[in-house]
Amino acid sequence: MRIVSRLIGLTRKYWKWLIVAFTCLILATAASLIVPILIGDAVNNALHTDATTLKVTGNMHLLVMYGIGILVLSLLRGLFTFGQNYYSEFIGQNVAYDLRNSLYDRIQHLSFSFHDTAQTGQLMSRATQDVEGVRFSLSGGMVRMIYIVTLFTSISIIMFTINWRLTLVSFACLPFIGYVAIVLVTKLRPLWTRIQQQMASMGTVLQENLSGIRVVKAFSRQQYERQKFEKEAHILYDDQIRVARIQAFGGPFMTFLTTIASSLVLWYGGMQVIQGHLTAGQLTTFYIYLGLLIPPIRMLGPIVDLTSRGIASGQRIFEILDTQSAVQEKPNAQVLANINGDVKFTGVNFKYQRIGSRETPGNILEDINLETKSGEMVALLGATGSGKTTLVNLIPRFYDVTAGSITIDGIDIRDVTLDSLRKNVGIVQQDVFLFTGTIRDNIAYGAVNATEEDIINATKSAQLHDYIKSLPNGYDTWVGERGVTLSGGQKQRLSIARTLLINPRILILDDSTSSVDTETEYLIQQALRELMKGRTTFVIAQRLQTVKDAEQIFVLDKGKIVERGTHLQLLKEGKIYGQIYELQLRAQEEALGSEVKR
Amino acid sequence: MFGGGGMGGPGGFIRAPMPGGGPGGPGGGLTRAADLTDEAVFGKVYDHKVVTRMARYLKNYKAGVAIAFVSMVIATLTLLFMPLLFADGINIIETNDPTKLDIIVRYFVNAFHVQGSSNILTTVFIIFVINGLIALGSQYLQQYAMSNVGRGLLLTLRMQMFEHLEQLSLSFYDRNEVGRIMSRLQNDVGSLQEILSNGVLLVFASLISLIGIIIIIMYMNARLALLTMTVIPVLAVVMMVWQTYLKKAFIRVRQAISVVNADLQENISGAKVIQSLSREKINYQRFDNLNWENLDANISATRRATGLQPVVELLLGAAIALVIIYGGSQAIAGNLLLGSLVAFVLYVQNFFNPIRDLSMQYVELQRAMASCQRIFEVLDTKIEMVDAPDAIELPRIQGKIDYNHISFQYLKDREVLHDVDLHIQPGETIAFVGSTGAGKSTMVALVDRFYEVSQGSLTIDGYDVRKVTQESLRKQIGVVLQDPFLFSGTIKENIAYARADYTQDKLIEAAKAVGAHDFIMRLDKGYDTMLQERGSNLSQGQRQLISFARAVLSDPRILILDEATASIDTQTEVIIQQALKQLLKGRTSLVIAHRLSTIHDANRVVVMENGRIVEIGNHKELIEKKGVYYHLYTMSYAYNDENGPPQEKHGTT
Repeated sequence: MRIVSRLIGLTRKYWKWLIVAFTCLILATAASLIVPILIGDAVNNALHTDATTLKVTGNMHLLVMYGIGILVLSLLRGLFTFGQNYYSEFIGQNVAYDLRNSLYDRIQHLSFSFHDTAQTGQLMSRATQDVEGVRFSLSGGMVRMIYIVTLFTSISIIMFTINWRLTLVSFACLPFIGYVAIVLVTKLRPLWTRIQQQMASMGTVLQENLSGIRVVKAFSRQQYERQKFEKEAHILYDDQIRVARIQAFGGPFMTFLTTIASSLVLWYGGMQVIQGHLTAGQLTTFYIYLGLLIPPIRMLGPIVDLTSRGIASGQRIFEILDTQSAVQEKPNAQVLANINGDVKFTGVNFKYQRIGSRETPGNILEDINLETKSGEMVALLGATGSGKTTLVNLIPRFYDVTAGSITIDGIDIRDVTLDSLRKNVGIVQQDVFLFTGTIRDNIAYGAVNATEEDIINATKSAQLHDYIKSLPNGYDTWVGERGVTLSGGQKQRLSIARTLLINPRILILDDSTSSVDTETEYLIQQALRELMKGRTTFVIAQRLQTVKDAEQIFVLDKGKIVERGTHLQLLKEGKIYGQIYELQLRAQEEALGSEVKR
Repeated sequence: MFGGGGMGGPGGFIRAPMPGGGPGGPGGGLTRAADLTDEAVFGKVYDHKVVTRMARYLKNYKAGVAIAFVSMVIATLTLLFMPLLFADGINIIETNDPTKLDIIVRYFVNAFHVQGSSNILTTVFIIFVINGLIALGSQYLQQYAMSNVGRGLLLTLRMQMFEHLEQLSLSFYDRNEVGRIMSRLQNDVGSLQEILSNGVLLVFASLISLIGIIIIIMYMNARLALLTMTVIPVLAVVMMVWQTYLKKAFIRVRQAISVVNADLQENISGAKVIQSLSREKINYQRFDNLNWENLDANISATRRATGLQPVVELLLGAAIALVIIYGGSQAIAGNLLLGSLVAFVLYVQNFFNPIRDLSMQYVELQRAMASCQRIFEVLDTKIEMVDAPDAIELPRIQGKIDYNHISFQYLKDREVLHDVDLHIQPGETIAFVGSTGAGKSTMVALVDRFYEVSQGSLTIDGYDVRKVTQESLRKQIGVVLQDPFLFSGTIKENIAYARADYTQDKLIEAAKAVGAHDFIMRLDKGYDTMLQERGSNLSQGQRQLISFARAVLSDPRILILDEATASIDTQTEVIIQQALKQLLKGRTSLVIAHRLSTIHDANRVVVMENGRIVEIGNHKELIEKKGVYYHLYTMSYAYNDENGPPQEKHGTT
């Protein structure tokens, strides 16, 4: 109920239109109801059958009046129905627009801890299907429900005033219809859910086969995959047939019940006419009203379905809208400007707060203390899961520390605006994300006001200018979906150029030049050097050279800093760093030392 | 008459086309929305080629189609009969004259010698109920038979498309995005579903009831019928014009929502980057613009769709007014009974339903035609790689591979490999080195016959790969990709992917051989742990190990390895190095090498540049040669060493 009232609350902004829609609804209903009365009256008043001669006599003038009346009312009914449909759809569309915007805004502002667990597909389905679900339930379900209730009540009243006995006779079928509708809904809903799920799992098989076609072919498993797909497709088929069988019976059976009602009215009403309790005109009017009543009754099932879908969708949407970002800006946050780039971690602890997870996670980072001077380079080393990435992600406040504090130039990062903080902290991420647009757009992504010259300078420093120039459209080359595909190395250099352009004082590098050939790697290294010049830099290091160049090296293990110092100091200590060096870094050296004569 | 949509009136508003919800649908959900911009949303309403081809599919469902069609005709007729029955009832009350009944009721009344108005009324009532029962039965049969046919047909189409897709060569997948192919198999087949289970029959049913109504009212009173029918051409013209007008609006809606969804998708996937670059405000503005355009498109479509309502209602009102005025005068003149007049009104109201249905089905049919075309396009994509008719099973091989002066092109006039000649002995490990685009991946893909050479030949143990069956060839070749592709399912299923006939022992042995056993056992359910899509619940290194185990279990004679370079922590790296040794042992191995150690261990290093082999030899030889390899090698590692000879540093430890 809370969700229903909240859904209705979404329309509050459009209350004026809501009033218009309801006024139109009432007027349209009224017009619809008067037309049968006019038809009935025309038969009753303007025409008369003489019982003995069977001759019909009548008043032509009156007949024309009725005709014109019907015409005018039909037009009015059309106009009001238009108004009602248009404005309810108008409201629905506007609410959908609002919801999309607020979902978008919310998703954009939720911190990394949300995005770590959220799946794009899941969020997309909320922003698309669920928004549509709410829209349908508002413009279709809600308004129609009111329409039906209004119509049903007024028709029942009119019918009762014409002949209450006949009304009772014709309503005799109602409980059955209601019962059938409920049975249908309860039987169909679980089936629909299953079909939705089955569609999804069939889609997964399909998706996997298409993306993994190389593997399927390489292992010659087409036959097996076909069986797998066939199985999924068959389950879907069976469920759909089950639904079809229920629907094939349900719909016609409801129709049959209404037919029974009509025939009963004709029979019982006809008897009443013969006995003189009712006129033929009244029976006609009655019959037409019954006809008006039946389609809406049969629409009840779908409307209930629509509404329940809307509620379910609303719940899923509100779930996201109600999620508070783990990282909040203080109301009186100041703007961080003109910094030197001294970063200090004091007693920092961090643990992930996973929503809905029962296990209480341990600390990812524990008692981190470190301090860097402006322009220094800090290298972070450690195994996967030791907390390196988490540590650097705390600096731009992608996550908030659980305990302790991080300061930049002595200012707690929680006291400054997120925008100004992040403008001062640049990140070159391992996984480079390109947005649909031109290369220029992508490079200037974080610095919209950059001049052409700035962009070219940045790209040159990132060793990407020559490549871009070699493309037919140069900087206007389209990338992202449907655009040219850049290689891993090119993407990485683009990301470096992007960061250079923001010109941050503090730089974070996830230095893993993954999947690039040797020549590209060389270029990337060159670009990185350019980037690091004169900035406070945190590097998650994989390469020997980077580690050696660092002013400070921190070795992390299970969230703690276990060793710190320079390359030479740490080698002397010969503990974890020594081991890493032995395992990984030295191989690089040996290969060189033994064979490359400089 | 209350069946099949009732008596016009406000029931009709419920069937009014729903903007957005109609052709637009919920924007195609999660599929790549951008697809639709360059693919036609609407086709011709009747495309002969498409229809005849669909008809061929229907041949397998002759009985079902016949039952559906016959019962549809019966159901339509029963619906048409109802107003007539009502007229009978009223007429018999008013006149008590059995000759005023319609033929069918009159027949029964005569046959059973029913007399007296109340008895005849009872007869009408009974016929009414029986008619309702027939309607029930025939409607049930119609719907059930038709959905059986429709779903069966869709199942066939789905399976056919899937099978076909599995046979298409990799070059097809190079050219087409997965999202697009998905959309054809899901959205296009889905949109056929509607039209197949309802649409086609509805078109016929509408036509039959339209014709039926015309016949009945002509029979009741030809003049009145002709007069009322004058509104039909007007209505038809209005609807036709409106439809094209609407179509434009719907296309705009569809495009608008796909742009919104594409932007949404991108911004959700890129949320982290957007936050780190502080782009939220600009992006919100941009999204708001797109969202607003979508709202605008939808509202204007709504206006157009609902705007038809007053026109239709006015015409309907005009028709009824005509019936009342002219019909009334006819009744006064003694040419029409009152009951018939009422029935006339009911028929005229019903008149509009089939017309409305037809105009809605018109749009649906156009969409279905476009979907059909897209489906057939997939089915018609030529399978480039078929087994030769006289292809033999490749016997158990030693693993000798010969590239005999091979040239290859993905696209015409874009040769990727030029006259490559390379001969590999069984058991050799070959490392391919070169910059991106040099042709390394193409070289190894040819061994699997993923692509067809344009010149020269590739032989394995002397067998030309084109002369053996693809299955027997690929069964003997193992592939480990850079990005290990895992399927959703258990770890066990993934390791055993290549071999359905594995034993538990062999499986564990394989996992142990590559050092995957330990981490697998640490998982909650061990080998039965379910992997999420693409194995995203495992780390990159773990996924790699599982793909190694998969290769070991399949025990191929030839192994192709695209070495992963993504960052893996040191411990895993060591395990992987050892696993690799295990994997390469005793097989002919082709490795696209990134790791120094692999290059060192290779028997020969093949250096490629622009689609040619430029140097061959082992690491040492190539270094001494000081050619391309030396250059590549020094460039990547020499700068690591600016601060002094590593030997010295090493000495300090």
